[in-house]
Amino acid sequence: MPRLSAAARHTVRFTLNGRPVAGQAAPRTLLSDFLRHEIGATGTHVGCEHGVCGACTVDVDGMLTRACMTLAVQVEGATIRTVEGLAPAPDRLSVLQAAFRRHHALQCGFCTAGILMSLDVFLKAEPDPSEDAVRDLLSGHLCRCTGYTPIVRAALEAAAELRDAQGESAHA
Amino acid sequence: MLDTPHDKAGGWVGRAIERVEDAALLTGGGRYLDDLGVKPGTLHMAILRAPHAHADILSIDTTAAKALPGVAAVLTGADVAGLTTSLVVGVKAPVECWPMAVDRVRFVGEPVALVVAEDRYVAEDALDLIDVAYEMRPAVVDPLAAMDEGAPLLHDGFPRNIASDRSFRYGDPETAFAEAAHRIAISVRYPRNSCTPIETYGLVAEYDPHEDAYDVLANFQGPFSIHAVISRALKVPGNRLRLRTPRDSGGSFGIKQGIFPYIVLGAVAARVSGRPVKWIEDRLEHLMASVSATNRATTLTAAVTADGRITALDWDQVEDCGAHLRAPEPATLYRMHGNLTGAYDIRNLTVRNRVVVTNKCPTGLNRGFGGPQVYLALERLVQRIAVELGLDPLEVIRRNLVPADAFPYRTASGALLDSGDYQKTLEAGLQAGDLAELLARRETARAEGRIYGIGYAAVVEPSVSNMGYIATVLTPAERHKAGPKNGAQATATIAIDPVGSVTVHVASVPQGQGHRTVLSQVVADVLGLKPSDIRVNAEMDTAKDAWSIASGNYASRFAAAVAGAAKLAADRIATRLARVAAAQLNVPTEDVMFSGGKIAARSNPANAVPFSRVAALSHWSPAQLPEGVAPTIRETVFWTPPELTAADEGDHINSSLCHGFIFDFCGIEIDRDTGAIRIDRYVTAHDCGTILHPGMVDGQIRGGFAHALGAALLEEYAYGADGSFLTGTFADYLVPTAMEVPEPVIVHTETPSPFTPLGAKGVGEGNCMSTPACLANAVADALGISDVRLPLAPSAVAELIHGAEPPAPAGARAAPAPAPSGKGERLMRGEGKARIAAAPEAVWAMLLDPDTLAAIIPGAHDVRKVSDTKFTADVTLGIGPVKGRYKAQVTLSDLDPPKAVTLSGKVDGNLGFGGGSGRITLNPDGAGGTELSYTYEAFVGGKVASVGGRLLDGAAKVIIGQFFAALARKAGGGAAEDGGLVSRLLARLSSLLGRGAP
Repeated sequence: MPRLSAAARHTVRFTLNGRPVAGQAAPRTLLSDFLRHEIGATGTHVGCEHGVCGACTVDVDGMLTRACMTLAVQVEGATIRTVEGLAPAPDRLSVLQAAFRRHHALQCGFCTAGILMSLDVFLKAEPDPSEDAVRDLLSGHLCRCTGYTPIVRAALEAAAELRDAQGESAHA
Repeated sequence: MLDTPHDKAGGWVGRAIERVEDAALLTGGGRYLDDLGVKPGTLHMAILRAPHAHADILSIDTTAAKALPGVAAVLTGADVAGLTTSLVVGVKAPVECWPMAVDRVRFVGEPVALVVAEDRYVAEDALDLIDVAYEMRPAVVDPLAAMDEGAPLLHDGFPRNIASDRSFRYGDPETAFAEAAHRIAISVRYPRNSCTPIETYGLVAEYDPHEDAYDVLANFQGPFSIHAVISRALKVPGNRLRLRTPRDSGGSFGIKQGIFPYIVLGAVAARVSGRPVKWIEDRLEHLMASVSATNRATTLTAAVTADGRITALDWDQVEDCGAHLRAPEPATLYRMHGNLTGAYDIRNLTVRNRVVVTNKCPTGLNRGFGGPQVYLALERLVQRIAVELGLDPLEVIRRNLVPADAFPYRTASGALLDSGDYQKTLEAGLQAGDLAELLARRETARAEGRIYGIGYAAVVEPSVSNMGYIATVLTPAERHKAGPKNGAQATATIAIDPVGSVTVHVASVPQGQGHRTVLSQVVADVLGLKPSDIRVNAEMDTAKDAWSIASGNYASRFAAAVAGAAKLAADRIATRLARVAAAQLNVPTEDVMFSGGKIAARSNPANAVPFSRVAALSHWSPAQLPEGVAPTIRETVFWTPPELTAADEGDHINSSLCHGFIFDFCGIEIDRDTGAIRIDRYVTAHDCGTILHPGMVDGQIRGGFAHALGAALLEEYAYGADGSFLTGTFADYLVPTAMEVPEPVIVHTETPSPFTPLGAKGVGEGNCMSTPACLANAVADALGISDVRLPLAPSAVAELIHGAEPPAPAGARAAPAPAPSGKGERLMRGEGKARIAAAPEAVWAMLLDPDTLAAIIPGAHDVRKVSDTKFTADVTLGIGPVKGRYKAQVTLSDLDPPKAVTLSGKVDGNLGFGGGSGRITLNPDGAGGTELSYTYEAFVGGKVASVGGRLLDGAAKVIIGQFFAALARKAGGGAAEDGGLVSRLLARLSSLLGRGAP
């Protein structure tokens, strides 16, 4: 691992939602600040900066990661996915996002990006989760608006829809 | 999909359509304050905050901070005071309220200095370089103790810390109490908590010196009466304070009203630095110093007939507003003033309201706003009446509810309950929630020896507050002098552009509720369009928009007032368009209808013109408008309900326009071992008038329920007795997660309000009022207790079941749990032993030698000997997530060379302060070495106590253990036996591995 100078800014390069990006970061710059203010990907939000609220959750090399507890220089060369990369096209929503809209699974929407990222990664690993498993996953996120149930319903419905689509493509 | 019980044929209102807001929010396209770009050259603000709850500021040295490269300005309270005037205080008293401490700090987290720098990182670096000297004062955190003779005084202008003391009398309470068969009383404490939106405060401020004008973008939520407070503090007329809000807000629940002192700070910082200044609050700042709900101590007494009818209430409320009485406080106490009889028909009332200040964060708006405090007392009392009279609590509720034929009903203290059928809503709830089955479940559970209880609560949920209720804190004579204040002005503007498309603007400042969607439904219905045809803008700009003091997002006023104003504006436009169309269609105006994007003749729908064509006429050919028809380009409605009059000479006040009704009941089971509460079923039956969007109404109910559940079971802004703030992270201030919040059974009945244009009432706050009381009643029922204290965390409930945990048995190696000290800081005690391979005399000499101490004190940089028994040191310590630099002073006393010595010391740094003392005893071990034993007592306060609370004991043990281990090493071998966590863990691990203790 290269030794970085605290006084200098360093170029950090990684893949964000399928595209190469680069920016300048001091060694202490948080990944959350770097994504938002250097790269301009403001969809990832910051709620507590101590790893509890989950709003800043992003996918780093397939691992759910709190961007507020990760340094920007740590993601050099990584593949990162954020909420901006979930929809299949600019004017469309993913299956999960559409389920959130149908179920009113968001109100202010501030915590939503992190929840979507967690569910996106989770549903890939567990395509047919129980409600308890979904609630357990969601316990890593704080939402103050919805009371959570609409989120649980949206997640379960999206999981079913994704399974159906998977089944169809498998039989196609 | 959502239930749509109100599928109103033909119209958009009442349907749970998908929200227009959501696509952007779901794809990362939100426009929250911190997502918006700033001008090049914008500076960033950071705030130094008080580590002490009560202390005089002796000096502030900002030299080093100002010298740090990248720092543009450093301001202290004196600098801010020099450019502003004090914020207004809500009562008549010679008291000032500054956004930054001047001369004295009064709560942990109070701003003491601010830095503006090129980025937030540098600004925070500079905070560490500011040197503040404090002289501690005793603090007071309990509102009742604050009124004691001799209690520490916060403000000279508030004798005995009482900011206001008013008594009220309605009806004939004396006779009612004299004639009552029973007199039943209850004392309750409502704790401090907050709805903690996930987005914190944020602002960007600019100053134009040529026009002496400020431009501030902030995630402020209103009420915009505060605009006048800010401009007054900044010493400019209102037209020189442009206050804007971003499109999206990450939640508020009242809390973002409390950003206004920071708007003053940001504005001053921009003025001094000559550059735009941005500030984003961090979570620790938010938890300790944004704003909190009031905590309240209430004694409520009822006069009750033999059959359970309540004939009079006697309220004694002591409201704790924290360190400063910031606008609009003491509004929390008076918001419910017309509703102190709740949902009950009680004609006689006495009230004593005292407002006190304590060394805690100032209070402000928070979802429920006074309702949770009132109903915890009132609904607990109703449960007590049932218990004491041997009645079913439900029966006591039924016997006292306002009768269905009594509406509109004027309460004893002046509220006009607009509409309702409480009995019908109650029965609907009982039926849908199947109370009979729940009672059977309780029966079964109890028969099996399990702890099960059922609670009820019936509440009136006020919405659309009367700006005049706050004036009830003043006497009629003071009110007369201050001038009239009443009403609830709502505004809405509808504009039509040259191609005939429709835009709506409101000053409702949504915080996630979906105002834009609902307004598009309301206006679409009037104009015969689709919601997707209507564009709604709810951003706020005080320089350009129609607004008034009641604008903003509070008191659940959107559906009732703002959506109603939008309907009225659409009606006005439609009336004029109908006349334009009538001329073109050649039919009478009465025959014109708006439908399907067309304006048509009702009698012959084929006779139609496109809406947009008629709508655009005012732009393209105003001369063609029929005689006497004003242009249809823009219409603004200002609506205020006439029912919201000012308080009268007898202090009767219609404190709110609308009154929804909620009846809740629940079954809970308590785990006998852990004290954990499991909600078996929660039923909440609402009547919020006409439902505009069922999905959003249920969303408000679920969200309010989750907040209330947190307030009842988990959340409390905890303070040590010295005012130390102990819950500075989301690991300490516990917010409910998906694991804790069950889905409530939601039941609706609809009694439209006769006072609002759409018949709607507020719905967002009701469960914050009903649910804490309902859960408390269930716990009272389950455990058969009368004194229920929130929050009902498992440890507190376990104590109710098993009694207080006894102290650890003598001789136990583990240190006892942290206990509050006499002064109330977090106090830690411990003891340990070390064996050192040097004689006591040699060890003694080492303990008195600065070089040795420098080598063995963990993290010490610079140990200096001041005298033979006094040392100073710079120490870097990490406790939990907080690593910081401290100045330490160590004193040796009770010297008994070479046998024993007492080491006492204190440390002070930007991250907190601490102190303690330890007795060290040296005994020869018979082999030329020394057996050293020690006991210590230490306390910690400030930021480190706020965020590291649960780690402190372990950290202290480790650090002290390190000290003696290093002493032993330095002396040439031996080992510390710290009795601490590590060795216990090792022992545990070894025994698990079957190897026995090491």
